[in-house]
Amino acid sequence: MKPKTPASASALDRRSFLKGIGTSAVAVASVQVGAMADEINKAAPAPALQGPGAVPVSLTINGEKKDFQLEPRVTLLDALRYFSPLTGTKEVCDRATCGACSVLIDGKLTYSCMKLAIDAQGHEITTIEGLAKDGQLTPVQQAFIDCDALMCGFCTPGMVLATTALLAENPKPTVDDVKRACSGNLCRCGTYPHILNAALKASGQAVTETVTVIHHGSVA
Amino acid sequence: MAAWPNPTQVMGKPATRLDGPAKVTGSAKYSYDVQPDGWLFGMILCSKWPAATITKIDLTKAQGMPGVKAAVLAGGEQRTVRFYGQELAAVAATTKQQCLDAIRAIEITATPLPFVVKEDDAMKPDAPLVADGPNVSDPSVKAEGQVDAAMAAAAAVCEGELRTPVQLHHALETHGSTVSYKDNHLTAWTSTQGVFSVRDAFAGAMQMPQSNIEVICDYMGGGFGAKFGAGVHGGLAAKLSQAAGAPVKVMLTRLQEGLSAGNRPSSIQKIKFGADKDGKLVAATVENHGSPGISGSRKTAGGGGGANIATPYLYHFPNINVQQYGVLMNTGPASAFRAPGHPPASFGTESMMDELAVKLGMDPLQFRLLNDDNPVRQREYKEGAERFGWATKYQKPGSSPGPVKTGVGCAGGGWGGGGKGSEAEAQINPDGTVEVRCGTQDLGTGSRTLVAIVAAEAFGLKPEQIKVKIGDTNLPFSGGSGGSSTSASVSPAIWDACQNALAALQQQTGVPDARGANWFDTCKKLGINPLSARGKWQEGLSGSGAGGVNFAEVEVDTETGFIRIKKIVAVHDCGLIVNPLTTRSQINGGVLCGIGYALYEERIMDRQTGVLLNTSFDSYKIANIADCPDIDVILIDLPERGVIGIGEPAVIPPAGAIANAVANAIGVRIHSLPITPAKVLAALGKVPNMPSV
Repeated sequence: MKPKTPASASALDRRSFLKGIGTSAVAVASVQVGAMADEINKAAPAPALQGPGAVPVSLTINGEKKDFQLEPRVTLLDALRYFSPLTGTKEVCDRATCGACSVLIDGKLTYSCMKLAIDAQGHEITTIEGLAKDGQLTPVQQAFIDCDALMCGFCTPGMVLATTALLAENPKPTVDDVKRACSGNLCRCGTYPHILNAALKASGQAVTETVTVIHHGSVA
Repeated sequence: MAAWPNPTQVMGKPATRLDGPAKVTGSAKYSYDVQPDGWLFGMILCSKWPAATITKIDLTKAQGMPGVKAAVLAGGEQRTVRFYGQELAAVAATTKQQCLDAIRAIEITATPLPFVVKEDDAMKPDAPLVADGPNVSDPSVKAEGQVDAAMAAAAAVCEGELRTPVQLHHALETHGSTVSYKDNHLTAWTSTQGVFSVRDAFAGAMQMPQSNIEVICDYMGGGFGAKFGAGVHGGLAAKLSQAAGAPVKVMLTRLQEGLSAGNRPSSIQKIKFGADKDGKLVAATVENHGSPGISGSRKTAGGGGGANIATPYLYHFPNINVQQYGVLMNTGPASAFRAPGHPPASFGTESMMDELAVKLGMDPLQFRLLNDDNPVRQREYKEGAERFGWATKYQKPGSSPGPVKTGVGCAGGGWGGGGKGSEAEAQINPDGTVEVRCGTQDLGTGSRTLVAIVAAEAFGLKPEQIKVKIGDTNLPFSGGSGGSSTSASVSPAIWDACQNALAALQQQTGVPDARGANWFDTCKKLGINPLSARGKWQEGLSGSGAGGVNFAEVEVDTETGFIRIKKIVAVHDCGLIVNPLTTRSQINGGVLCGIGYALYEERIMDRQTGVLLNTSFDSYKIANIADCPDIDVILIDLPERGVIGIGEPAVIPPAGAIANAVANAIGVRIHSLPITPAKVLAALGKVPNMPSV
């Protein structure tokens, strides 16, 4: 998938970023104010003010275009869960600290609780529901089942997507690569050892499961 | 007495989860995800004061806000609140955003009261009183023998004050329910460990007959001991649904989850152990102060929300005096948390055991083998030590060279894990398909799959051929999933129901053995009516009493204080192993939760304002995948003991083993959890001790 960056979405980010810098720059070096103002103006015109009431929002989710009426403050997470409703994307912290709400935006792993739905327009959004095509699980999904890389399953959609995003970039990751790629996703049940196995298995690498069952024999 | 087949055909073989596909595709519907027609969002307003007298709660403005369909009070309008986060009122509206607006529009008149949120402050004589009585309870006492004389005669004595923090459950799915109330009937989709206990709680809260209430929990995102009741939030969801005439979903926010949804009580353990010259333990005194927050029941060993810990732990002391005190604070109520009372007891006891071993000049492992009478742990220590390489890895404390020091430690735990009382139903259809029903629930432990495995064993089928229905009060009764009792309670009931169904099948069809290859042909003979049979827990198929030990190897960077756990060897028994794959997962999970307890997790309350400071996972740190060490699991299979639970035993030993390994690495003991880099550096004299917030 090719990243798409429509002017409205990217400019908003860049503009507010520059504005933020501009404000703090004033305090330390007023001489830079002029230059900063030029930069702000170069960063495309500000989008028209929208809201606070509901506005039309159009999202491409799992290849399908869907139209919504959303207040601009509605996050992509809430749009998915409560307006679609695609509840596979989980709400856990709503503060970008756990990764359970991860989705792919143009193939890139993103916390959907930290993205406004209105800003996700013009991008390809893939949720956990969009991975398996015609009921056929992806190798990552199948490896999660085979390696028991899921327990309660609440972190699982985010973990599967984090692993999917990793393998798209790095088809033969090392254990350390997996640790780095999945460390933005938390699990309270403690599935991590099996997630490491699943990522290796999905990428066609050997997995050693270190569980030993000692049968029978006296306990004394 | 009933008995399992020997050998088993399906039980004991690794089986992937029945609900794996639903969980990896996002189609599994959790209580959080259920959206009945016309459902509304519900949200709770919590107290921003740690203690206050509320004189007025005005809902009028909120009720008039766009989208708002109902607003209700959590208690009276005039009341005293005792902790930051206590529920005051709730609203229901069409969208989450409307709820957020309405919550902010509720007007409250309150007079703040003095409060106390630190154990040491609450124990002071002039501390503000949290409840009507004193903050510190009368002690519960266990006294045997002549402690003073035995301690005086001991060849070696060791003492210390060991502290453990309040640990928060933080299951990824917060507490909550979606409730539909209509015509004196109530349906609740609740994230719970006990559908029947939740049903009874709703019946109490709503003054309704139990038979008019249905509680469903198809999938739930973790509980760890805190999800047995309907909760204040469940009661509010029911009241909102009644008032709004529509289903209402109330799931706690992550912040609320850290405030009012339960926690593991703290402990301050003043411990003194004595041993004779041969290394036999002779005497112990333990004085423990722990806080369950505002919880009333202070004396139970953690399970009922009390702060007592399971000490004396593991070892026999002929002379002993244990005194335990509950300390009230203006913080949210405690609740059971995975092996209540045990992880702190193991940490305190096992820390002092290592200190005493060092004083006696003994190897800590040999010291344990000399004093631990439990035959299962004796064997586990030996198996684990061999796998871990203890004999070569153990060196005298602090003898590791260089700035990054390596150390090893071990510790043990014990747990009951028995269970009974479950009932089940097995239905055989003429086409040979099988449905097994039991009102238990799957917390993520794999109990849904366990039901299928046991039924498959009975019928000579494969687990994936069994359709399992659980998590619903319309199904045969099964108790709450707590105390690691589910496997031991459910497996025998499934087996019994299946045996009864099998007997009926053979009687109706005249086929002497319907199992395996004969199955489908035999079932066809049923004609058009399916056959079903009930069963219940039977003695002889489950047991109790599980032991476990951990060996830990750590690296401690003495310049940064950073601790890296290199390896954990976890050795456990759980009787007859039903599914080694999910059992392994349970042990992984216990170890990782134990690592969090040892190194990262601590609820931090602000002394000045009484509020929670670490409100989400950025500041309340649980182990993540990068913290995950090499975990080597050894299971001792003891089928003659029947099925025994494993969820809780796994979480007990890690903190003690890790603390001992850190002390072994740096030659100084850190007496409080979590063992943070700041504490390591302070223990090494490189930075001053951090003052408490």
